[in-house]
Amino acid sequence: MTAESTGTKDRKYEGGVHEKSRELMSAWMGEVGRAEAEHRATAALMISGNCVELLRACHVLPLFPEVTALQAAIRHKSLPLIQRAEQAGYSSDNCAYVKADIGLYLDGGMGPGKPIPFPTVTVCNYVGCNVYVKWFEHLADVSGSKLFMLDVPFLRTTEPSEADVRYVVKQIEELIALLECVSGHKMDIDELREILAHSARAEDGYARCKHLCKRTPAPFDAYFDAINMMGPINVLRGTREAAEFFDDAVREFEDLATRGVGPLPEERFRTVVEGPPPYPYYKSFRNLFAKWGAVAVQSTYSTVGGIWEWGFRHDPRRPLESIAEQMLRENLTNRSIVARYQQIKRYVEEWNADALVIHSVKSCRLFSAGQGDMREYFTKELGVPTLLVESDLEDPRYYSEAQLKNRIDAFFESLEHKKLVASGGHR
Amino acid sequence: MTTETAALLEPRREVGVLSLGDAALRWKAEHPGGRAIACYPVYAPTEVIHAAGMLPMALLGGGTTVELTHADARFQSFVCSIAKSSLELGFQDLVRGVDGFVFSNICDVARNLSSVWARNFSDTFVEYLHLPQNSTSSESSQYLASELRRLASRFAEAFGAPVTDDALRRSIATWNAVRARIRALYALRIDSPEKLPITEFFVALRAATRTAPEESLLRLDALLDTASRRTERPRDRIRVVIEGAFCEQPPPGLLEILEESGCYVVEDDLFLGWRWFTDDVSTDGDPFERLAVAYLDRGVASSTRHEGRQHRSLGVIEKVRRARADAVVFLLPKFCEPALFDYVLIKQGLEREHVPQLVVEFEEKMWTFERTRNEIETFVESMLFD
Ligand code: SF4
Ligand code: SF4
Repeated sequence: MTAESTGTKDRKYEGGVHEKSRELMSAWMGEVGRAEAEHRATAALMISGNCVELLRACHVLPLFPEVTALQAAIRHKSLPLIQRAEQAGYSSDNCAYVKADIGLYLDGGMGPGKPIPFPTVTVCNYVGCNVYVKWFEHLADVSGSKLFMLDVPFLRTTEPSEADVRYVVKQIEELIALLECVSGHKMDIDELREILAHSARAEDGYARCKHLCKRTPAPFDAYFDAINMMGPINVLRGTREAAEFFDDAVREFEDLATRGVGPLPEERFRTVVEGPPPYPYYKSFRNLFAKWGAVAVQSTYSTVGGIWEWGFRHDPRRPLESIAEQMLRENLTNRSIVARYQQIKRYVEEWNADALVIHSVKSCRLFSAGQGDMREYFTKELGVPTLLVESDLEDPRYYSEAQLKNRIDAFFESLEHKKLVASGGHR
Repeated sequence: MTTETAALLEPRREVGVLSLGDAALRWKAEHPGGRAIACYPVYAPTEVIHAAGMLPMALLGGGTTVELTHADARFQSFVCSIAKSSLELGFQDLVRGVDGFVFSNICDVARNLSSVWARNFSDTFVEYLHLPQNSTSSESSQYLASELRRLASRFAEAFGAPVTDDALRRSIATWNAVRARIRALYALRIDSPEKLPITEFFVALRAATRTAPEESLLRLDALLDTASRRTERPRDRIRVVIEGAFCEQPPPGLLEILEESGCYVVEDDLFLGWRWFTDDVSTDGDPFERLAVAYLDRGVASSTRHEGRQHRSLGVIEKVRRARADAVVFLLPKFCEPALFDYVLIKQGLEREHVPQLVVEFEEKMWTFERTRNEIETFVESMLFD
């Protein structure tokens, strides 16, 4: 079957969720752009296992350099920024997210009077990714802002130890003191509880959406469409708007699921996707799968900020502890790659997937270092058909459409063949 | 090399070229019932391992000695060599004799390697330490002390080798002595670099990462004594600090080229974890807490630790001043995120201080050095004759 015959070639993968997500994210970007003129305190924060609720409760506006970087890539603007950073000494082997962000500064696109202001304070929520530490050191250096290092011990046992929790809670208290100082607003614990209640409602909605993808067909693509929910869940979490967004999303997807409507005209293969997407070629990459009727029913990337589908919620009754627990335990990045194998295994089984697709990105060793071992595990030990393809999440120079297409086509051809044989339709 | 130094270093070179497993077995042959624990760079909790009655060793990859036949299917082409060649040692059974492995949060590759290692070699002891990146929180030292205690209790569980406070205090004293000798050797090289070339020093340090500290003390003392008495004529060379080789080891050939091309290496960041503390760790009070406080307050500047209280370049600038160096040579392992990121901030700091610098990228398996030789020679000439 060709792309033409499935009608996917110029297909728009759009719905109410996409539109609403864009609206909310633009409103936030608008706030960021006005922050300086309005003398609002801002803090740069990372996406993974973040503690955005604390910033809200201290009346500090969050900035997310990762979001700026991915937006530059999706708008095909990342390469000149990356090159600008490379001219300044960054290696072609460094994470390109960082380079795009620093390139934006070097290019004059960030700083006083710019749409992306300098943060008043740079809060490095060091949750898993070691590059975060470097990135925010560099950001604090160029912006002259104070750097706060919120060191979150990596999850090295199934549960964080008491010492881990104590260490994180203590740092959270120290962070609150700093944030109160930069915003001049004393945090009200009841306001924080209210914010956390909004968070829990959004988390619940996101989890319900993800569970709806267990249906056949899945009502949305849990990799490509989930990106539209990742903004609201990771950036806007804790706001009433984000909570309502997810209430609406659940309604929309429930309706689609009930009507048996999926993102593609026909769902022929159910995949689990591991790794971040190639933002510079987001749509082309999606089309390579869509032409095969391949829909991601789960993805690991959608859990970098938090794994909500297994029940964890922020708890307004235990505000600081539950923030600490989420940072320590309930997100993909702070867990080992081998723990991720178990997450994927569960996805494959419970979401009834036919295959695993690993998109290995050069920039992000957190995700990619060792994915060859992951492939070994899934193909050899579990017998799950697994495709591993390589490119990058930010740097367009590593995207080779022809090569990707060949590998993806060959994989789905063989998968199709296996399905036919299994169903007795082919000898 | 004088005959006397050669006689001292030859056996050390032999220890260094053994496979890690053979080095462990050799030690065990002399210490029946003993166990060996290897630490992946950078920081090595040598005191805790030693206090449990075990031999601390460094897992430093396979260098040029091992062909990748399994590990490159596990880790992609854009991953540094040391991670892959270390894993390969496991696959080729070249670490048989080593009873356990300790990794820590130096970078994302090492982090993933530790769990891939544990999965592939499920019958070995693997522990991952999370060392604090927040040096200023009021809870950091307590947290690190508990992390070191956790390591000790894992040793007790796995090997029946408990770490008592007294044993740990004694180990701290022993390792203080080893580090003091290493500092003395560095001081000698700063004073008279011609007396102990980096190529020789490298052999001695590498051997120290696979030798019991009691023996290391004797060996290092002997080296200090012999090297101090040497009467080499100082040459017209520039004095350089090496930066960036804190994890993956540069091929010895590269260090040779540096010297042959006209550099005296007067400071470096090689084997950093084995000389982590800039002065003695206190032996009073709770030894776990003492180690933790020393880690935070008296640790060497390292790309794998966020110090937080000073600019990234200051550690190197301070080394340049202390070692009276003329320049910095960045030896950057290919694909090493921490080294490559830090290079930018350190470079900018050095530029502000007008310290000349040269960048050399390397890989474990680098075998042709001619281009590098040319670059270094040109750099040295520009400094000597401009
Ligand atoms: S290494 Fe990965 S998680 Fe870390 S900053 Fe880069 S893209 Fe993000
Ligand atoms: S060489 Fe660099 S990237 Fe590789 S394991 Fe060591 S610190 Fe990590």
